[in-house]
Formats: sequence, C-alpha cells, structure tokens
Amino acid sequence: MIDFEYTAPTQLDDAISQLSEAGDRARILAGGTDIIVQLREGLQSADLVVDVKKIPELTQFEFTAGQDLQLGASVPCWQVYENSEISAAYTALTDAVHIIGGWQIQSRASVGGNLCNASPAADSIPALIALDAVAHIAGPAGRRTVPASEFCTAPGRNVLEKGELLVSLTLPAPGPHSGSAYQRFIPRNEMDIAVVGAGSYVRLDSDGQKIEQARIALSAVAATPVFAEEASNWLAGQPISEDVFAEAGELAKKVASPIDDMRGPAEYRTHLVGVLTRRTLATACERART
Amino acid sequence: MKTHVSTTINGEAVEFLCQPRQSLLEILRDELSLTGCKEGCNNGNCGACTVILNGLPVDSCLVLAVEVEGANIETVEGVAQQRQLHPVQQCFLEGAALQCGICTPGFIMTSKALLEKHPAPDEEEIRFSLAGNLCRCTGYDKIVHAVQAAAESAPAPK
Repeated sequence: MIDFEYTAPTQLDDAISQLSEAGDRARILAGGTDIIVQLREGLQSADLVVDVKKIPELTQFEFTAGQDLQLGASVPCWQVYENSEISAAYTALTDAVHIIGGWQIQSRASVGGNLCNASPAADSIPALIALDAVAHIAGPAGRRTVPASEFCTAPGRNVLEKGELLVSLTLPAPGPHSGSAYQRFIPRNEMDIAVVGAGSYVRLDSDGQKIEQARIALSAVAATPVFAEEASNWLAGQPISEDVFAEAGELAKKVASPIDDMRGPAEYRTHLVGVLTRRTLATACERART
Repeated sequence: MKTHVSTTINGEAVEFLCQPRQSLLEILRDELSLTGCKEGCNNGNCGACTVILNGLPVDSCLVLAVEVEGANIETVEGVAQQRQLHPVQQCFLEGAALQCGICTPGFIMTSKALLEKHPAPDEEEIRFSLAGNLCRCTGYDKIVHAVQAAAESAPAPK
C-alpha cells in the first residue's frame, strides 16, 4: 500500500479542518472494510487518512421509543443488530446489516460508511431509503442535511464536498402499525454482492387491512440505489393482497435500468425487482401486523 | 514516520512501531512473528487472517495497525492454555476438520468467538457465523461438526 499520514481526531471541528486542508488528498476511515481495500488495490489514493471513530458524534446512538433514532455515522453493523430495540424497530436495516459481508466485516463496517461508499449494490442503502433516513453532513461551511435517497450520485460517488463528512443518520420513529424488510438475491447463502436488493416499508391502517403509506427502494439496478416513488405512492390506500404486491412490483420495475454483468443479465435483474418487491412488501406487512 | 502503538496481545502488553499504511496482519506476522495468522486474499473475503479485536472477530488485513492503540487482541497463538488445547482446537484435531491448514487459525478464532457468544449454536448459526471464513479443502461439513462437538464437549473457557 502507498504511504499516507494518519490522524484520529477526537473533535468534529478538528476532523473538518484536517479534511479541508488536505482536500482531495484526504480519505475518511470508519470501519475500513472498503477504503483499506481501495487504498491497497490502488482504486483510491490518499496522503491523509482521517479515522473518525474517536469523534463522539459519529459513534453515538441512543434508542428512545417513539422518537427518531440518531445513528452515528461510524456505528458498526453489529451494534445495530445486537441492540434489541433498534433491531426490532428498524427491521429492514437489521436485515441488511446482518448480511453485509461476514461476521468479521460486520464487526467493523459502519452503516454510514456503507452509505458513503455509494455502491450501487449496497445492502443498507435501500433499507435507509425505505425507512426515509436523512443524512447529517458537517463541513467548513456548516451543517446540512440530505435525504438518504439523494446521497449517492454515481457508483462510488456521493454528495460530500471537500472538507465535509457524514456525521449521523436520522431514522424517523417507525410509528404504529408499521413494518419494514430488506432482501437481496444472491446465488449463494452469504458473503456475496446483491444481484438485486429491495427494501420496503409500510404503515397500515389501525385494522391492519389497508396500506396507508409505503416506501420501496432498490439496489443493483441503476447507477445508485433508487427510490421507487411511483410504486410507493400507488400503494397508499391499497388493500393487502398478493395482487397488490405484484402490481407494486411491476411499477417498481419502471425505475430499474440495470446493466448486464457477471452477476446477472439486465432482463433477469428486472424480473428480480418484481419478485423482491413483492416479497419484501409481504414481509413488511406481516411485521406491521404483529 | 513511524507511529508507536501500545496494545495487549494474548494477555501480554505489546508495543510496536508501524507505518500508517501497515495492516494489523503485517505487523502481527512480520514484526511480532505471530505467523499463525495467515494472509489469504488480503481483501476481507477469506477470513484466514481473523483475530479477535476487543472481543469481536475481525479480518486483520482490514485493520490498520495504528488503529489498535489500547486494544485487546487475541490470536491463535494465545488460544491454547498451558499446553492444553482449547476445545475448538481439540475437536478440529479429532474431527480432522482441516486439510492444508491455511484457513484453520481463522476458523479457530471465529469459532471461539461464536462459542463465547452462543455456547450452544445450532448448525445454521454455526454456518452463518463462519460465512466469512473460506476453506477450499474440507467442504465445511467437518468444520461444522467440529464446532458442534466443541460446543457439546464443554462450555468454552474464555
């Protein structure tokens, strides 16, 4: 690996000034499961690596029932699924962080890092979009927020400007009669990259018969994970049935513009969008009813 | 410029100097001669370099050595106590859960971490937990059986 300097600031302001000073030559390190490989393999280069795991705002998270969750950007996957309250409230995210790599990866990889890495096939991003997460960014010009659905701009690219870093994610309180799920298709059981991923969130009426609100998001079918807005909006007011889920799957295919690659041809991926949309909606509804 | 790092490895205080670009795996093997930890893929897929960092299994190829200041690290060299093999090691040996052996230290570390967390895992939990460790010889069944046998033999000592 090429040489670089390493810093581990304990204050957010110090991180911002170090990142601003080094500009394009700085890279942020959280769990390191992507950036260390990218630096080693020459896919990224850096003169300065800024380890953000000692900044309190990036490591904090606290669950309070009925309130929005603030999840520090460097909180690793295992802390999400080992927290019984968070894992019960945000099941789509829990589904996702449990299958990002193997256990060794989940010990280090962070949810915020998975978002910043901006892989089109990222597992946590459809879950974050379905759960309507908002990214909190800090930088030399102050603070700003960006919805998770708008955070990624191209494969491996995100909205962060020079000197900026992701501080935390807000996940809205799930509310009564709601449920969510994330599933991906891979040809093996674990340790693989999604051929297609889908995250769904639903909020049902108090009888549990109709969908009041839904959010569907997809990965590995476009240059970035995408929010299936038309399918999501169409679901509002619909009864819970296999036919409704199947129709939502057809509508979700409209935002899919997949490529052919070694993981699967575009036609197959488009087919999978329908299947996974249907399945995640069914699971989300089932979870909302229990 | 080299950075001075103080850490605990297998219960003993250890200090070393490293470059920021050096992985924990490089330091363990090349500086500290703890060569039980293997380099397989060097990109986080194979798990041959698994060590336990602050109680959690990690790929040491994906940890910068400068990050482990103040950390507690366990490697395969520290698993046996007073020449007494750990139940996981004993069961791997008795169950012939290895052939070439390159992946074995990683499997031992992940299995040990699993049994400390879940002393009686079912087969699915074992296979799921070991998904980050690849073995190209055994076909995994003997490894899974060895972990089951270790779980049944005794509560795993820490």
